[in-house]
Amino acid sequence: MSDFFNSGWSIFVAVATLVSLAACLALLLFAARRKVMAADNSTGHVWDVDLREMNNPLPRWWMGLFVITIVFALVYLVLYPGLGSATGSLGWSSQGAYDAEQSKANAAVAPLYAKFAGLGSEALAKDRQAMAIGERLFINNCATCHGSDARGSKGFPNLTDADWLYGGSFEKVKETITNGRQGMMPPMAAAVGTAEDVRNVANYVLSLSGSAHNAIAAQLGAAKFAACAACHGADGKGNQALGAPNLTDKIWLHGWGEEVITAMVNNGKTNVMPAQAGRLSPEQIHVLAAYVLSLSQGAVAAATK
Amino acid sequence: MSDKQHAAVIPIVPVQAGDDSSAQLVSLYQSEKKIYARAVSGWFARWRWTLVWATQLLFYGLPWLRWNQRPAVLFDLAARRFYIFDLVLYPQDFIYLTALLIVSAYSLFLFTAVAGRLWCGYACPQTVYTEIFMWVEHRIEGDRAARMKLDASPWGSNKLLRKGGKQAAWLAIGLWTGITFVGYFTPIRALLGEAAAVVNPAMGTGPGAWEWFWALFYGFATYGNAGFLREQVCKYMCPYARFQSAMFDKDTMVIAYDPQRGEPRGSRPKSMGHAALAGAGKGDCIDCTLCVQVCPTGIDIRKGLQYECIGCAACIDVCDSVMDKMNYPRGLIRYDTQHGIQRGWNRAQMLRRVARPRVLIYTGVLLAIVLAFAASLAVRKPFRVDVVRDRGALAREVEEGHIENVYRLQVMNSTEREQHFRISVEGLSGAHLASRDEVEVDATASRWVPVTVQLDRQAARALGPGAHPFSFRIEGSRSRKPDDHTKQDQAAQFAASVVIEKSTFVVPR
Repeated sequence: MSDFFNSGWSIFVAVATLVSLAACLALLLFAARRKVMAADNSTGHVWDVDLREMNNPLPRWWMGLFVITIVFALVYLVLYPGLGSATGSLGWSSQGAYDAEQSKANAAVAPLYAKFAGLGSEALAKDRQAMAIGERLFINNCATCHGSDARGSKGFPNLTDADWLYGGSFEKVKETITNGRQGMMPPMAAAVGTAEDVRNVANYVLSLSGSAHNAIAAQLGAAKFAACAACHGADGKGNQALGAPNLTDKIWLHGWGEEVITAMVNNGKTNVMPAQAGRLSPEQIHVLAAYVLSLSQGAVAAATK
Repeated sequence: MSDKQHAAVIPIVPVQAGDDSSAQLVSLYQSEKKIYARAVSGWFARWRWTLVWATQLLFYGLPWLRWNQRPAVLFDLAARRFYIFDLVLYPQDFIYLTALLIVSAYSLFLFTAVAGRLWCGYACPQTVYTEIFMWVEHRIEGDRAARMKLDASPWGSNKLLRKGGKQAAWLAIGLWTGITFVGYFTPIRALLGEAAAVVNPAMGTGPGAWEWFWALFYGFATYGNAGFLREQVCKYMCPYARFQSAMFDKDTMVIAYDPQRGEPRGSRPKSMGHAALAGAGKGDCIDCTLCVQVCPTGIDIRKGLQYECIGCAACIDVCDSVMDKMNYPRGLIRYDTQHGIQRGWNRAQMLRRVARPRVLIYTGVLLAIVLAFAASLAVRKPFRVDVVRDRGALAREVEEGHIENVYRLQVMNSTEREQHFRISVEGLSGAHLASRDEVEVDATASRWVPVTVQLDRQAARALGPGAHPFSFRIEGSRSRKPDDHTKQDQAAQFAASVVIEKSTFVVPR
């Protein structure tokens, strides 16, 4: 037990445990015999005038049960951790037990996932069993942030549309789930210019998607957009290699409007999708990614019409 | 303080420790004397054997019965589904187990109030397995006297063979009982297949660790309890034996010796007729002590009602046989009430007291619970639904200012065929489902269905911010493919079973 800052405590606990066990045994033997008034088979205790305590012996095997508990305790302390910081001769640990159960469970589901391994996302989308597994994986692991219906919310991308920050190919989605993503927009106010320039750029950005904006400010901001173009592209269509969002659609992950965009340029933003590699096996991620892609199939079909 | 109150206080008076010379050091634990119960036959013994057969045919036979291509009764702990004939129960249905236990408890109260420890004497597994084990013992080692002689004799080939044979038979019964018990949790045919692999490793990997443990543990418990502990279980372990007195009253029928008729007991010449007894100053009891010899808990029923008495009525059977031999009327030991014995009631007078308030109330409550239980099973829906709100985001505003809330419906199919469901919302005007409204769930499967509910802007404005109650309406279809039917058919199918689940819709500030 690493909780002890001093090995003396471990010795103290071990000694206290053993002394307690010995004391239990001693008490049992000591209390097993007592003086009884031979004449009336009572212990000589009387309460409320006439209530007497009789000697009504327990069966001897019952005492044997007490002894067995003490023997059990000693055997347990030899085999398992418990005596101070001793690890026990079996070397059992909760971490080890967890790992053993995990590997056993993984081995049990391996044949199930094996038949999905060679299939692409389209084939998996048609496999009812694969989609049912993907649905459960999504509900248990992804829905906390992305929502049960996968439509996300502010700061958490909608997975049912055709818009992908890092690309919507099967491989890219698997990569996103496995390693996570760290989206970082640096504070750009200094590069853009004055507060007025930032406001103008914000209006220009709004104009890209045809949103309501101040046309004059937008015209003035167009020149300053060069600072943004490094990542978002000269046309503002974003760059999936960097995870820079497309500014020309009406999808606003962190909110819409001049104020919000101004704040974004001034302060920047770091948004993190945590890596799932430690929680899900590659085989699970394979099925899960196919499920995630299946959610946006309707949207993709609509976009290509 | 008045004098009266003062008198009510019990003074604490130190009691004299007594004469120390009479005090003696004794052990508070005593090794129990082995009881050699004599075999008995008669009306009540036949009743017990009837119940032994009935309960054990049920217990050993049920795991073998097939139903819908599976065992009729199977508690599948790994998949958390419990199959009982046509019923498929979920852990959410545990209320039925509660109901079953309440029914059992009230039955116990009722039977005990009427006729004492009927359960203990005839149907309790401890009694039933002890009966079976004693039968084996009787077959191999002989009756009471032969067994006592065998135990007292030195070890030889006869003793070794008989004792060894008995233990082997006991162990076999115990093991089979353990395997049958596990057969309720693992299909018994598969279990035996796995067990065969123990002998022949080519047949598989053998039973799992828990199957090993429970088969051996339950088997060992049967062997130990029915072979060795026997009456000790009833006397020292069973809680029911100790709280039964709370359900007894003076009109409860118990196994009773009639001292007015039996005393003074003693031997008498067989020539003395029943009519001549009173003149000779003798009671009906001939003091043959057979009632003590047949008693599985080793008590003397003539000392009156004792907590050790499990109500097996062996003493009644044997005493009746003695009374027959003596040409005395039967019933010196009989089912009778304390009032009946004290006041010399006849049978009709005693039975009239069965219909007393306590018994009537127990009966009424028991009937009500059984009816409620049966009704609840009869109207049970073929599926269950739980609603869980998404907690990540309470509400979100989407295109055109509509408000969306996201829920997860856990739809649990409690039938063994695929079911189709139609989901809709009611009780909130302007609200509609913005996600798929039809969903299919595989046989005995449960599925989390994400559901988006949308409320249009005007309706949301009218309601104002806050949580607004509404309900999900889930209609189940029995048909495998609703598309095969006409629209009307389909509507009728969907209306077959409806579950309404309450939830709330949040409109943000």
